[in-house]
Parts: sequence; C-alpha cells; structure tokens
Amino acid sequence: MQTILAVTDPEFWIVNLGAWLTGWFEPAWRPWIQALLQAAALVGGFATLFAVTTILERKGLGRIQNRPGPNRVGPFGLLQPAADGIKMLTKEDIVPARADKIVHFLAPIVMLAPVTLAFAVIPYGREMTPMPLDAGLLFFFAVGAGSELAAFMAGWSSRNKYSLLGAIRAIAQMISFELPLVLSTVAVVMMAGSLSLVEIARRQAEYVSFVPQWHILTPWGLAGFLTFFTAALAESNRSPFDLPEGESEIIGGFMTEYSGFKYAIFFMAEYFGMFAVSSLAVVLFLGAWSAPLPGLQFIPSYVWFGIKLMGLLFVFIWLRGTLPRLRADQLMSFCWKLLLPMALINIGVAAGWHYSRDWSFPAAWGCRWFLGLAGVGLPFMGLAWGLRRRRGWGPRVYRYAE
Amino acid sequence: MQSDFFTLVCWGVMAAAAIAMMMRRPVHAVLVFVVSLVGLAVIYLQLRAEFVAFAQILISVGAVAILVVFTLLLTRNGGAEAELKRTAGSAIVGLAMAGLVMGCIGICVLASSAVETSGAVTPATVRQIGEALMTQYILPLEVLGLLLTAALMGAVILAMDPARRHNERKP
Repeated sequence: MQTILAVTDPEFWIVNLGAWLTGWFEPAWRPWIQALLQAAALVGGFATLFAVTTILERKGLGRIQNRPGPNRVGPFGLLQPAADGIKMLTKEDIVPARADKIVHFLAPIVMLAPVTLAFAVIPYGREMTPMPLDAGLLFFFAVGAGSELAAFMAGWSSRNKYSLLGAIRAIAQMISFELPLVLSTVAVVMMAGSLSLVEIARRQAEYVSFVPQWHILTPWGLAGFLTFFTAALAESNRSPFDLPEGESEIIGGFMTEYSGFKYAIFFMAEYFGMFAVSSLAVVLFLGAWSAPLPGLQFIPSYVWFGIKLMGLLFVFIWLRGTLPRLRADQLMSFCWKLLLPMALINIGVAAGWHYSRDWSFPAAWGCRWFLGLAGVGLPFMGLAWGLRRRRGWGPRVYRYAE
Repeated sequence: MQSDFFTLVCWGVMAAAAIAMMMRRPVHAVLVFVVSLVGLAVIYLQLRAEFVAFAQILISVGAVAILVVFTLLLTRNGGAEAELKRTAGSAIVGLAMAGLVMGCIGICVLASSAVETSGAVTPATVRQIGEALMTQYILPLEVLGLLLTAALMGAVILAMDPARRHNERKP
C-alpha cells in the first residue's frame, strides 16, 4: 500500500505512522495491531466529531432561533459536550420493571456496533481506506440493516406504548427510505462499474482541463445526490423526518424508556449514522477526497474529505432549524410516490448519459446536459403536479383507528 | 487456527438455531435466529464469498427478520404476551418437516455438479457474479423479478381502500 505514495505526499506520513507503530510488535501480531489501531483512530476521530457536532448544532440552532445557545460552560460554551458527557455518565440508569431486561440492555449496543462498522469501508483520503473491500457499498448497506433490528429491540423490550409506536414508525420509515437510498446509488455503481468505494472515489479524482469528474457535476449525479440526501435525512431520523422520536407526539419514540448512558449511546448512534451516510454521500457524489480544482491539490486529500463532510453536516443542522416535521402518512407517500419513482427514472437518465458520451457533433455537451436535465426534471414536475392534483390539501384520514 | 474458528462458528450457528427453536417467546426466537443467520454470513466470509455474505445479511437480517418482527409489532400489545405452546405432536411434525427439508436440500446438493469440483476454488469476484447473472442466469433472474413484481402488486391491492378495490364510490 505504501509504494503508491511518494514521501512528499501528506498521506504518506499518516499511512506510514501506522506501519511504524505496528513494526514494534511480533510479525504474527501485526495484522491485529493494525486493525486495532485503525479501529481506535476511527472511533476516536468520530467520537470527537460527535462532540464537536453537538456543540455546533446547539450553537447553530440557537443562532437560527435568535438566541445565543449554550454559553455557560467554558469559553463561549465550548466545553458543553464534556459537561453533557459527565451528566450522562453519572445519571441513574432506569430500567422499567416489566421490561425485557436482556433485550433492553442489548438494544443500544446493537444500534451502535453496525454503524461503527460502516465507517471501515469509507475512503477518507488517498490510500486511506481502513478496509478496502471489493463490495464496500454492499457492506455499508448490509451493516445498516442492524439498526432497524435495534430500533425494534428497544421499542419492544421497553413494554411501553410510546416505545412500541416509535419502533413501528422507525422501522416503517427506515425500510421505505432504504429503497430510494439504495436505488440512487445504483446509478453511481453503473457508471463506475464497481461496488468498491475506493474505485468510485478514484474515478472522480480526475480532471478534464480544470473540471473535476465529480458525479454531482452531471445531471444524473445532481438528481441522484438530491434523492440520496433526502433519503439519508430519513434514514438517520433527522428533521424533517424525525418522526420516530417526535417528542411532541410520542415522547421519544423507541428511546422513551432509556436514560443515562444507554440513551447517550442511542444519541451517539444516531449521529454516527449521520456521519456515515454523509461520508457515503461525499464518496459517491462529491468526489470523495479529491480537490475541486487541480491547483488546490497541495492541500491533503483527507482535509478535503473533512471539509466536504463538515459542509454536509452543516446542511443537516440547517435543515433541522428550517423545516417542520412531516406527518406519518405524508412521509410514506413522499417516499413511495415521489422519491422512489425519481430514483428509478434517474437510473435510466444515467444510462442515457453513459451511452451518449461518444457524441461529437458541435454542442454535443450542451445537448447531453439538456436531455439529462429534461429526463430528470420533466418526470419530477409531472409527478409533483399529478400528486398534488389528486390528493389536494385535506384533513388527515384515519382508516384503521375509527 | 482457521479450521478451529470455522468449527467454532459452525457450532455457534447450530446452537443458536437450536436455542431459537426452544425459546418460548416468538420475539426471542427471532432475535436468536438472527444470531444464527449472522453466523452463516461469517462462514461465507471465511470462504471468501464476500458478496454472498453481505447479501445474506442484507436479505436475512434486513428483510426477513425485520418482516417477522414488524408483524409481531402489529399484533396485540406487540406480541409481548404471545407464547408458543409446544406439545409432543408439534415436536413430531416439526422434526418431520425438518427431515423433509434436509432431505430435499441434500438430494439437490448431491445431484449438483458442483460437489465434484472440490478442493481449492478461486473465490468469485463481484464482477464475475454480476456477469454470470446477466448472461448465464438471466432467465431465472427475470422470472424472479416478475414474481417479486407480482407480489408487490398484490401487496398494493391488499393495502388499497376496500371500497376502491371493488370499484365502488366512496360514501
């Protein structure tokens, strides 16, 4: 792995630091030590990002709502995450008397472990993928299946109606939005011809004159990114799709009966899920670790990855401060009637873009762009118009609860 | 060391399956069964069949197990009071069914030509699997797609408003 990087590359030092550290141990131990080091770096790094994001989110939301946000602990309230952590650790851990104790205990662990596994396949920089799997994208979605099971375990074992309702909402939402999420990545897989995230990242790190080959700079990539990002918002239970916990209706959803550190783990898993899915969006559509201009390549690749990741996280926070929560039936029809058809149409548009790449007549580039945008835009307009006309605005209809 | 780990995982999978059968609560049975399914995926990973392993987790845990627990959630009180009753009769029927399924799979495996090519097999890459699915096995793939579409349409019809299903005007 080290041979590809030159000594002058900034990534060289980070990759070789690991090799140097593992060199102190017996050869038989080295793979284990290397795995341990990578895991420690990932968990440590993302736990720090978690702390930073919570304070940024609270400060940012405060600004949006015209209030200062947390400003008591430390300078400018920057030590608030530490105070929160100590509070969570020392809080009493309450388990309901009638709860299923073992399942109740296991649920936070089942929630956090798969999300942490998903970090392993993300290329964070040039030659900086902890686990460069051949089917990395599939691995990412496979481990994501665990969080649905964890939501069920938490909701069912608490023996609480709000928990149960929250679990039903969470599972229904996660299963529904997984379809557009996965289908919008199919176009990327088709164009890259690979399920490996390392390969997808490398394909985007090339430049035609000065324009980077990022997928978002194509019509299908733009539509795919928007679909993916919307589905990602729902997958990570973020506003405006935060119905599973909807504190004004069902208290806290499947987390209602959790307190203390178990609740903190759920909270952490939710943020980790947001980081993981944002990282995937960066890799699939925003050119992973590549610089936006060839002249900016002197900045290390992992810094570019970090900048793009933070940008997406900012959009997550911004949306939370801006959009109201959807209703459960609106959420479902939005997914199945608009997002899913758009994801399917986008696959066709991507195929058209792929087969028109050899066009060489004058203005071929503009023609491709026009056709691509029309292929995505017209169905979107048609769907939006048709859905609005058929449903109209009306009161909620209760079909099974009369 | 490798075969030790393999044996350990195999025993784990079988133990989990056995415990799943002996659990009294359906929810517990499903959760222990998930452990067994994940164990199977670990065995596939050991055989360097990454794609099959991840697909196994995606489908078995992400779809099959979730379907079961979701049905439980929709029952009265989330299936909290539900308990499986076991009698001698049910044990006999269960064993007979297990034997039948085992026999069918065993006959299929023994009749297959894949058994003869034992020994070192190079693991198939994702690309090879994809090419095989798109050329050699295109017909089964299409038939499966058609079947799933039919199931999807059936689900939509079931979920439809009963009044609209019978072409009646809503009151």
